[in-house]
Amino acid sequence: MIRLEKRPTPSKMWTYLTPIVAVLLTMIAGGLMFAALGKNPVEAIRTIFYDPLFNEQFAAYSRPQLLVKAAPLILIAIGLSLGFRAGVWNIGAEGQYIIGAVVGGGVGLAFYPSGSPLIFPLMIVAGGIGGWAWAMIPGLLRVWFNTSEILVSLLLVYVAEQILASMSLGLMRNPEGGGFPGSRNFQQWDAVANVELIPGTGMHWGVVAAFLAVIGAYVLLAKHVLGYQIRLTGAAPRAARFAGVSPSRLILTCMGISGALAGLAGLFELTGPAGQISIDFNSGYGFTAIIVAFLGRLHPVGILLAGLLMALTYIGGELAQFMLSVPAAAIQAFQGMLLFFLLAVDVLTNYRIRLARTDTKTGAA
Amino acid sequence: MTSASPPLLSIEHLTKAYPGVVANSNVSFAIQPGEVHALLGENGAGKSTLVKMIYGLVKPDSGAMHLMGEPYAPHEPSEARRRGVAMVFQHFSLFEALDVAENITLGMEDPPKRRDLAERIRTVSHEYGLPLDPSRLIGELSAGERQRVEIIRCLLQNPKLLIMDEPTSVLTPQEVDILFTTLRTLSSEGTAILYISHKLEEIRALCDAATVLRLGKVVGECTPRESTAREMAELMVGGSLHTPERAPGAEPGDVLVEMKNLSLPSPTQFGTSLKDVSLQVRSGEVMGIGGVAGNGQDELLSVISGEAPVAPGHLFVDGEDIGPLGPEARRRLGVLTAPEERLGHAAAPDMSLVENAALTAITREKLAKNGFLDWGATRSFAERIIQSFDVRTPNADVAARALSGGNLQKFVIGREVLQKPRVLVVNQPTWGVDAAAAASIRQALLDLAQGGSAVIVISQDLDEIMEVADRFAALNGGKLSAPRLTQGLTIDEIGLMLGGAHDMEKAHAAE
Repeated sequence: MIRLEKRPTPSKMWTYLTPIVAVLLTMIAGGLMFAALGKNPVEAIRTIFYDPLFNEQFAAYSRPQLLVKAAPLILIAIGLSLGFRAGVWNIGAEGQYIIGAVVGGGVGLAFYPSGSPLIFPLMIVAGGIGGWAWAMIPGLLRVWFNTSEILVSLLLVYVAEQILASMSLGLMRNPEGGGFPGSRNFQQWDAVANVELIPGTGMHWGVVAAFLAVIGAYVLLAKHVLGYQIRLTGAAPRAARFAGVSPSRLILTCMGISGALAGLAGLFELTGPAGQISIDFNSGYGFTAIIVAFLGRLHPVGILLAGLLMALTYIGGELAQFMLSVPAAAIQAFQGMLLFFLLAVDVLTNYRIRLARTDTKTGAA
Repeated sequence: MTSASPPLLSIEHLTKAYPGVVANSNVSFAIQPGEVHALLGENGAGKSTLVKMIYGLVKPDSGAMHLMGEPYAPHEPSEARRRGVAMVFQHFSLFEALDVAENITLGMEDPPKRRDLAERIRTVSHEYGLPLDPSRLIGELSAGERQRVEIIRCLLQNPKLLIMDEPTSVLTPQEVDILFTTLRTLSSEGTAILYISHKLEEIRALCDAATVLRLGKVVGECTPRESTAREMAELMVGGSLHTPERAPGAEPGDVLVEMKNLSLPSPTQFGTSLKDVSLQVRSGEVMGIGGVAGNGQDELLSVISGEAPVAPGHLFVDGEDIGPLGPEARRRLGVLTAPEERLGHAAAPDMSLVENAALTAITREKLAKNGFLDWGATRSFAERIIQSFDVRTPNADVAARALSGGNLQKFVIGREVLQKPRVLVVNQPTWGVDAAAAASIRQALLDLAQGGSAVIVISQDLDEIMEVADRFAALNGGKLSAPRLTQGLTIDEIGLMLGGAHDMEKAHAAE
């Protein structure tokens, strides 16, 4: 009989080992899935994890993509992780990402074609405020009416998608675009283009923001009273109230921070890799960031590494799609496995497995 | 053990080790049929582990047990029950939204029809003087009545050995008397009772024999009727016991805490509403508030801690209206509290002691600068608590849940006392704490009052209240009685203030 026995204190070793074990298990299970699809599993895994970084043919293009893809994931996941730690479940970062881009982009377009260096910073602020405001809707509804922030934030993603479609077809459509949906291209507007800061690295302002967020979150959680209150609320809500933490204020703070960071991610994506507001501007970063947050153990440094790993599976997945013609759904399933195994193995942090062999011995006596 | 007939249960050289601790080491004793046998020991002495082995919840590493001469090694509680061993736990496992009969059905392997069961519950409960209506909801029952449900559940199996873990901690003195009558009836019918308690006077009144455990080993056996409580306590502790002392002649000062017609509706269906509570506590005074658990103790504490703010005009400290203030603002004014539930309320189980030290002390101990926590200062505060209150822990970095209940309680009380409160409210300050540590906690409370603070002790342990409190008030159904001086108050009077025996006298009168 296998039994789970609660550890007196959470295992430090397993806290660090869990993600690694989960990645290995994902490789094994994913390999089996690829084999079942008739692909060579070793080649598929290599294409996903190895080729984007080290294959001579692809690395030149793929390597910079790593930071480009990882930055929004990390930026959003850092914000989400603060809420998740406190038991505030913002599932709608995708919507906040869209609204951040729409608001920031809208503010920018209002000044088109000015060349002022102040416009880009203004757009960044507006993007953050847009995401923050969109996250305040589920936050305030939770505080005032005790609605579920999970449902409200999630459903607001679909509202945001409609707003995005409406904007790209109407208000924000490029007047010189020949009637095609989509806004002006921000990359072609030098004053606001979020360009590569160091050529060949993929490093743009969004990457800088992501790194700053990692450092900021680390300091917040380790040293600041707010970070302590966040951790305390997650660990023991009743003790947090006893300590004097106001649950409402904490919910709004966490929702606000995660919304603002998602909005920033949206803005940097808009002015950088995406270039314009279009119907299909959002590409699921807001949802994938949830996986990144948990894969990184809700720890800032963990999220940094998890974001890079997840970006790798994106890039490698695309590579596998056109090199090995693996279906896109298989890549998504592969990413899903990662979260699944992570949560499963996570049990070992707080529990140990006991093989209760003594039972049979005393039973025979 | 010298008697000719084989003992009902003999325990031979039982040993059980957990990683890092030996919970039971070579424990042997025997229980005779019909005997009321006390198991005595401080917290962490290994009583629970031993009882769990007897009840089949834990496997011994080595050693053997014999029940009526037959080898006895239960794999699980259901096997223990089949062999005639039943147990009433300290914490009830009852569903509040189900009625008495439904709850009893849940524990049965092969439940009879509801009507038959209801009839049996009525018969058995009446026979033993513990009247129970099978169709009442558990949520409506008092703690004493809930315990009766657990006892009846056991008695329906006709047990040969009944294990009771701290059964009187939730009872009024009158209810204790009724329980003892029942237990004596059972014992005279040949049912043996293994009685776990740290209330020595009760053991002297009830038990025929006692086995004393210390650090997992049997350190002595005695006949409770022939020993004094002090002798037994010293056997438990393994040394002499310090009785808290009150410095004489200190006159209470000005009124520090005042509650005026304070009411608080219950937040949950089965909670207790506070009704029109009025009380004044002076500086230098220890106010004892007694009552059976669930009569509004938690609510009273949350009103003073600031977790449940009240409208202005009902709660004053030093003349200042603190009703609408939150916990931190109250701490700034020197109002500190220590809730009963240690894990999850007074402390965060998964956080370290250092982190838990910051839980209530950031403001008063100035542990934060510009919003950033000073972990160095927090650590030294945690270490100061550990040292001053003799918290047994390898270091300050272990998670709170790794500490034994008594040690964590010392930490929680120490955290509040060391912040030099002007008003301190503690709920069940020594619940589950061993005798020596309880004495030092009580002494700390007395010293605090001596220094001019107002101390409110909410406790179910009447001996504790008599020992530390200057005045006593009873909390019953959310209402607070008028306070009386503890000096000259008898246990019987207190019992009546606590609401007597919740209609139990009637049953006995009817017999």
